[in-house]
Parts: sequence; structure tokens; C-alpha cells
Amino acid sequence: MTATTIIKQLTVAKTGNEAMADAMRQVNPDVVAAYPITPATEIAQIFSSFVADGMVTTDMVTVESEHSAMSATIGAAAAGARAMTATASQGLMLMAEMLPIAAALRLPIVMPEVNRAISGPINIHCDHSDTMFCRDAGWLQIFSENAQEAYDNVLQAVKIAEDPRVHLPALVTTDGFIISHGMETIKILPDDEAKSFVGEYKPNYSLLNHEKPITVGSIDLQNYYFEHRIPMIEAMKTAKDIIKQVGREYGEKYGRFYDLIEQYKIDDAEVALICLGSTAGTAKDVVDALRTKGQKVGLIKIRVFRPFPVEDLAAALRNLRAAAVFDRSDSLSGYGGPVFTEVCSALFNSENKPKIVNYIYGLGGRDIDIHTIEAVYDRLNKLKDAQDTGEIVSYLGVRK
Amino acid sequence: MAETIEIRWHGRGGQGAKTAALLVADAAIATGKLAQAFPEYGPERMGAPVKAFNRISDQEIRIHCSVEHPSIVLVLDETLVDSVNILEGVPANGTIIINTEKSADEYRQQLGFQGSLYTVNASGIALKNIGMNKPNTPMLGALVKATGILDYQKMLEDTTHKLEKKFKNKPEVIEGNVKAIQDAYEEVNK
Repeated sequence: MTATTIIKQLTVAKTGNEAMADAMRQVNPDVVAAYPITPATEIAQIFSSFVADGMVTTDMVTVESEHSAMSATIGAAAAGARAMTATASQGLMLMAEMLPIAAALRLPIVMPEVNRAISGPINIHCDHSDTMFCRDAGWLQIFSENAQEAYDNVLQAVKIAEDPRVHLPALVTTDGFIISHGMETIKILPDDEAKSFVGEYKPNYSLLNHEKPITVGSIDLQNYYFEHRIPMIEAMKTAKDIIKQVGREYGEKYGRFYDLIEQYKIDDAEVALICLGSTAGTAKDVVDALRTKGQKVGLIKIRVFRPFPVEDLAAALRNLRAAAVFDRSDSLSGYGGPVFTEVCSALFNSENKPKIVNYIYGLGGRDIDIHTIEAVYDRLNKLKDAQDTGEIVSYLGVRK
Repeated sequence: MAETIEIRWHGRGGQGAKTAALLVADAAIATGKLAQAFPEYGPERMGAPVKAFNRISDQEIRIHCSVEHPSIVLVLDETLVDSVNILEGVPANGTIIINTEKSADEYRQQLGFQGSLYTVNASGIALKNIGMNKPNTPMLGALVKATGILDYQKMLEDTTHKLEKKFKNKPEVIEGNVKAIQDAYEEVNK
């Protein structure tokens, strides 16, 4: 390992939305097509001021809906442009028809997305049901714990998505209001450093390259559709390595390392909580507090939900005796949340695996405090020696 | 964790409670501290009770839940004192700062609060200097005077800088706000 010097960065006060907009400014995409929706509106709004002030050379397209925003972004990306948009909740729902097309056309669109509950009832606050609704759309999904990660993840997502071995679109999420509208202390890279990290985008194929004419969006029936889905499936698997590589490179250069999952005090832990997004920060404080009381507790944060880090999770959970999966959405499958069922399936073929329970929490922005998380660790500490697992799926902080 | 200062702002939608919290975090970060500012949102409703929060620390702040036990509470609209429990979760040695024409003694009696209670006529100061009832920036001056959580001069410099960015074409707004912060710093009373 060679000694490297960490590039000096600027410490600033930014909200999650400001942080993501600033990353977009540094990326300087060729095209941004966007439509406003709470709590993601500010991202495109702040970015549009960068366009108006001449700080980027982006062609900003204001459209009449999110369906059009995604369609225009796809059109621009197919033409060979680096194209971005941003949305949340119902906006993502309205894009739903176009999302798998972006993936199947292998367009490396990067989209900041602010996690917000889906209707109904109408609610503007954080949960993960919007992102989870689109988990089979062929997009990479990267969750951010705080504003710093939101910024870092946007830059990394561009590099990951545009890698010729991946060439898939990527969602980078923050938790609505908690992170999107919360101001925090973050470090940002110098502009030229950010630009050189993401590099230039040179697509192998594009509609506007008349030297190498191609067809985009053709019909593909029984004879070849299946074969043409396979490379996309393979790219999703390959993306795991690329995400790790890019996360390591980012850490070596800028001091903040990223992986598919983050393991916090797991090495000697007997029980752990598994969660995504901003709750991980609160849970880390709880882990530290319980550790001072001698409890062997830890935390696993799933940073990348798509591709799903099956191998890493199975390895991280191997030595645990009990774990609680936190889901900020319910699948309405009658059996808990999506993170829970996927974590269970990741472990099914492992010989060593902990007892696993599921907690659905925080729907529609319901606050998750340290006492509630402490109570879950209390249960896990009992569960590790118990004969009976008890309730598999529970709902946290909900009125009876 | 013990070193983290937690602040709660009470205001009404449109009064700038969230902006005040953002300015405090910005100034704290500019003076080398780590900070958070976040609102407790409903849908945007002018005039409805709103809360905003700060955490300020010398260490990384990872926690992302609401503030339960603020050691400092600022009230931008005194009519909220009757409808919202502004003392909720505040320790006995906490600090309360209220925007009012009344004296601190009157509120000390009314609330029966044992800690430090300050009052300042932030609305009057804002009307005089900014020409609008925007009590949020004067409350910054009162906060710094009452608690000493930030360096006054550095806070003033950072806030001026921030206002210059926001009101590029309205220098009179910047001047008025800075004067309002200075007046509130001088006038806040225990």
C-alpha cells in the first residue's frame, strides 16, 4: 500500500439538496430535464440557478411532467449526452414506465432521488416506499446516510454508471426532509478534482454518431428478447465490483471510503441492526452508548440496495446470533418489508446465520428516536439466547 | 454526545424559524464547529406553528432524529406561548429567549421557569431596521449574547456574507438585517 495524500477539500454548510445540486454543478451534465416535486424540488431549482448564472454549460429542459422529464433525459442520453434529472415519490411513480427503458437501453443516467412516502394518504415526508417500488427497474440504487454521502454518492454514481462494464442508470437517494432539508457540515472537492474524478463521458454508441449508426428502442420478440436481457442482468452483477473499486478510489483520494455495505462495530458483535439511509447515523450513536455498557452490538448499513449485496451481507452476518432488519417501507406482501425478505434470501444458503426479525418503521416521516432503537437492541440481546423467536414482523412506534 | 448543544426554534410559517436555524448552523460551521439545522415540516402553511432545530458540536454529529431536550429555546412569536408547550423537554438550567415587548420577569412568572429567561423586542427591531416583521435575524444577535455559543464578530461576518449572496441586488436589506442583529445583541434582557 502506497502512502497517498488526501486532496484538500472545502468545509461548507449544506443541506442534502444543496449538496446534490452542487455535485451536479461539478459534473456539469450536457442535459438536465426536470419537473418539481417536494422534497426534491430544490435540487433542480438550485441547479437551474447554476445554469442561469453560467456556472454550467448544461442544456436545461423544463418539461410538463416527470414522465416527460425521464423521457427527455432518455432521449438526450441515447443521443450521447450525459443527462440527469431529479425527483421523489409520485414523480418517480410517474416515471415508472420509462425507468426500465432507460436501463434496457443501457443509458447511464444519474438521478438524485429524495425518499418520500407514496400516496395515499398524501404525505410529503420520508419513507422508502418510492425507491422500493422501483427496485426491479434495472437502476442501481445507492442510499445516503447524510448530506456528505449524498454529495459523494452523486459523484461516484456518475463514474459507476458510465463505466463501460456497467452502463446502467443510477438512483442516488437521500431521506426526505431529514437529509434533503437538513443542513450539515460537509466537505466538497475542488471543482477540477471532481471533474477529473468523474472523467469525460464517451459513449461507445449514440444516435448522433453518424459514423456508427444504430437503432434504439427496436422491437425484439421471442427470438432474441431473452438474450438481450442477459447482458443487463450480468451488468448488474458486475456493478458490485465496480462500485467497490470506485468507492475505494474515492477513499484513497479524498479520505472517505465507500463499499456496498458499511459494517459498524460488527467484528465482535453478537447482535446487529440492519438499515438504510439516515437512521444508520442515529443507530451508530446508540451502538456507541450500548457498547459503553458492555453490550456486543453492531450495525450494518446497506448503502447499495441495487445490485443487492448478497455475498457481503452473508459474510457480515455469519457470526451474529440475532439481527433486526429495519424497513422504512412495507411490501404489502403480507410478510414484512423488502429489505427483510432480501436479507433473508441472502442468508438462506449460508450455514451460519443469525435469527432475523423485521421492524417496519418511520412510514410517512414518523420520527425514529434513540430510545426506540435501544429497545430493539434490548430485544435482540434477549433473542440471541431465546428458544422462540416470537413476532417476526413488528411495527415500530405505531399507535395500537 | 454530551458536548452537543441542542436548540429548538418556535415560530409561525413565514417568520423564518428555519432560515434562522440555517444561519446559526452556517455561522457555527464557519467558526470551525460541526452543526446541523433542520426543520420540522408540515406542508408549507403560512402562520401555522413550526419548529426548527440546531445541533452544534466539536465532534461529528451522526444522529438524525428530532431534538427532545434542547438546552436553548427561541420563540419568534410570543402568541405560541399559549398554544405550544415551549418548555417541553427543556432542562431546569436551560435558556429561553422570547421575542416580546414584555420584560423577562413577566414571562418568568407566567411560565414558572427556573432557568435563564431572556426577552428581546425582535419584531420591533426588525420593523425599525428592515421595515418588515421578520424577527429571525435579530434573534440571532439575542442568541449569541444570551448564550455565547458562537463568536459574535464571526457570526456577524458569516451572516453578512450569507445575506450578501441571497440579496445581491438589495443592499438595504443586508444593512437592515445586520443592524437588527446588532440592536438585538445590545437590547436582549434577562
